[in-house]
Amino acid sequence: MEVEAAKMIGAGLACSALIGAGIGIGNIFGSYVSAAIRNPAAAGPVFGRAMLGFALAEATGLFGLVIAFIILFG
Amino acid sequence: MASPLAQFEIKTLIPLQLGEYDISFTNSSLFMGLTVIAIMIFMIGGMRKSAMVPGRWQLSVEMCYEFVANMLQDAAGREARKYFPFIFTLFMFILFANLMGMIPYLGFTVTSHIAVTFAMAGFVFVGVTLIGLAKHGFKFFKLFVPEGAPLALMPLLVVIELVSYLSRPISLSVRLFANMVAGHTMLKVFGGFVVALGVLGVVPFVFIVALTGLELLVACLQAYVFAILTCMYLNDALHLH
Repeated sequence: MEVEAAKMIGAGLACSALIGAGIGIGNIFGSYVSAAIRNPAAAGPVFGRAMLGFALAEATGLFGLVIAFIILFG
Repeated sequence: MASPLAQFEIKTLIPLQLGEYDISFTNSSLFMGLTVIAIMIFMIGGMRKSAMVPGRWQLSVEMCYEFVANMLQDAAGREARKYFPFIFTLFMFILFANLMGMIPYLGFTVTSHIAVTFAMAGFVFVGVTLIGLAKHGFKFFKLFVPEGAPLALMPLLVVIELVSYLSRPISLSVRLFANMVAGHTMLKVFGGFVVALGVLGVVPFVFIVALTGLELLVACLQAYVFAILTCMYLNDALHLH
């Protein structure tokens, strides 16, 4: 296989980091909604933590993107 | 059409050379300066009158202040109050730099360069470690020894804790940088779809409006995440778990 083609495939595979990020983000907001329904009074204070968790989970997916960029352009 | 990554290109505005180092004034430096000026106008302009009953502008300045003060107090306790100016500066700088990047055509996102974010994360890491060492001395290394863990697992756990501690500046800087790069690249790619699809381009255009809203949220969220993680690291250094 040519190096160029292998790089493209590698960069595409690096994007599979988004699988985990997608599961994580869905999990966070699913848990947030079920917690907010069980105890609506806690919905406000917990929202900040839900957003923090969302940002942390999203970032792990973006680490995969950085790897893809390094493979493509590095 | 230009590549989606062309927007992150650093252009030299005033070439400067110091010895063998290139210290040119670039568009990145320009936007850092503009960010600081914008913050100063926002803060000083809002507090100029400092009325007893605050107006809209003064209220937004006070909200920023209280938001960061509460965040620091909740995450790192009362002793951390003396580090408030640093956390506040960090938060406002990242927030304004991210938001300045959202200006169409003119905007340049300072935080989309790992050199900038890693410098900030590196200072946070070194500073927090020094604070911990100065406060606790040799006891600071208890941070790497989890309490109540079986002795047989200790060598493995200490190594894991050490690696996770040392990877903090990397994860802190890459998180901010990757979020900014990914968001702006995505906007540019969808912008290309609008042009390429002609009349049908309305569909990606609507999508782009929603994405811009998401990007504004991410810009604020990443500033918050950077600041709160700094607070948590500070908490670790001050209280050792």
